[in-house]
Amino acid sequence: MSKHTITLTVNGTEVTKEVEARTLLVHFIRDDLELTGTHIGCDTTSCGACTVMLNGRTVKSCTVFAVQANGAAIETIEGVANGATLHPLQEGFWEKHGLQCGYCTPGMIMSAKHLLAKNPNPTEEEIRWGISGNLCRCTGYNKIVEAIQYAAAKMQAAEEVPA
Amino acid sequence: MIPGEFDYHSPRTLQEAVGLLQQHGDGAKIVAGGQSLIPAMRFRLALPEVLIDINTIDGLEYIREDDGHLMIGALTRESDLEESALVQQKYHLLADAARVIADPVVRNRATVGGNLAHADPANDHPAVMLAYNAELIALGPHGTRAIPIDDFFVDLFENALADNEILTEIRIPTPGPGSGGAYYKVERKVGDYAISATAVQLTMNGNTCTAARIGLTNVSAVPMRATGAEQALIGKPITNEVLEAAGQAAATECDPSPDLRGSVAYKRDLTRVVTKRAIRQAVERAQGG
Ligand SMILES: Cc1cc2nc3c(=O)[nH]c(=O)nc-3n(C[C@H](O)[C@H](O)[C@H](O)COP(=O)(O)OP(=O)(O)OC[C@H]3O[C@@H](n4cnc5c(N)ncnc54)[C@H](O)[C@@H]3O)c2cc1C
Ligand code: FES
Ligand code: FES
Repeated sequence: MSKHTITLTVNGTEVTKEVEARTLLVHFIRDDLELTGTHIGCDTTSCGACTVMLNGRTVKSCTVFAVQANGAAIETIEGVANGATLHPLQEGFWEKHGLQCGYCTPGMIMSAKHLLAKNPNPTEEEIRWGISGNLCRCTGYNKIVEAIQYAAAKMQAAEEVPA
Repeated sequence: MIPGEFDYHSPRTLQEAVGLLQQHGDGAKIVAGGQSLIPAMRFRLALPEVLIDINTIDGLEYIREDDGHLMIGALTRESDLEESALVQQKYHLLADAARVIADPVVRNRATVGGNLAHADPANDHPAVMLAYNAELIALGPHGTRAIPIDDFFVDLFENALADNEILTEIRIPTPGPGSGGAYYKVERKVGDYAISATAVQLTMNGNTCTAARIGLTNVSAVPMRATGAEQALIGKPITNEVLEAAGQAAATECDPSPDLRGSVAYKRDLTRVVTKRAIRQAVERAQGG
């Protein structure tokens, strides 16, 4: 059995831990780091509930080994807010009712965050395309699209008017 | 589900990776994007004793043109292919396919080399590379060799690489004047494998097709070319009758299995339809449409 000591940055904080090679990143995040905002919704890399950012790109953390994140920067849903201030995406999901049960929400927000980083002013079509790796069984997606539009508008406005 | 136990190595160079493959023989597996291998390991369909991670090797992710070819590093992520301006401008068949492979999150991790090395007829790149007449570059203990795509797919999930070889690069001939390509895929939902899909790369002189290569996705045990459909096009003016003949040829020569995606009869007829649509689009592009 191969064990490895890995050092990585999670939500800006450096962590060093020993992991078995076969430990999936999602289990490392949830069980070792106790960051349970990242969810597990399937066994087939389909649902996207486990989506996190690995070096600035979304990945399905159920389909990456923790040992592969050695040296990487990980961002999970717990790292999205700025202290007590919600991120515009979190605020958008709140304001526009972008969630019902909330199971898909952490993954949705990570995918939306990556989308807005690449494309700050997406069309509705581009938003739907951008979250197409994340499944939601409750909302029918319309409210999620509105939540992301809300966030995009708010983030654009913040860019234009320097605080 | 949790995979079985294995030893993990993260080599820094290709030479080191080849050395590890030699040392561990067929109990070892390369992991690239891991988007096919890790799901298989979670279901314990794959139980490698040793995993050799090539993500820690620099210099395997690139898309560039040189010497009449598009060179794609084996570790290039699907999302980089999808976003490449060069691919969008000049390699329409590849650009079509890049946006319909899996979903955006999977594409951030999945690699072009892994998609081919997996030799899964359900994957989209095999048919695309068959249509492009691509060449695959492999590195082994005795240096590199080029493998024509027609020789690469040996059996279901079996490619022509030796146990100690690594796929390092994919080379696509730059399409010449008068050529066009297209990929047409029908899937049940975003992110799913094709029910059937067709890749076409052809050359037109006026309304006459002078060269054509056609690859089919997920309608045979081994990724296949539709040579009958190619012959139905080459030397002919593109009329509705010729399109129908090519579609019929593809429907006849494919060999689909019945599964949740459909019956054999349905898949054959769908192959006829997607083949006609891909050809029509490729012809339009070749004619500057
Ligand atoms: C939900 C989901 C949907 C998907 N839908 C599609 C789809 O619609 N179309 C599609 O084409 N694919 C699809 N895929 C598959 C995806 O594109 C895979 O990533 C791809 O098939 C394999 O690439 P990889 O880099 O992840 O390879 P890995 O999983 O890392 O490896 C696959 C195999 O190739 C070998 N290998 C990898 N790289 C090399 C190399 N450089 N040299 C030698 N051997 C190598 C490995 O040892 C392994 O046997 C989907 C995957 C998922 C999870
Ligand atoms: S848990 Fe469903 S994709 Fe990871
Ligand atoms: S809110 Fe319930 S799955 Fe999306």
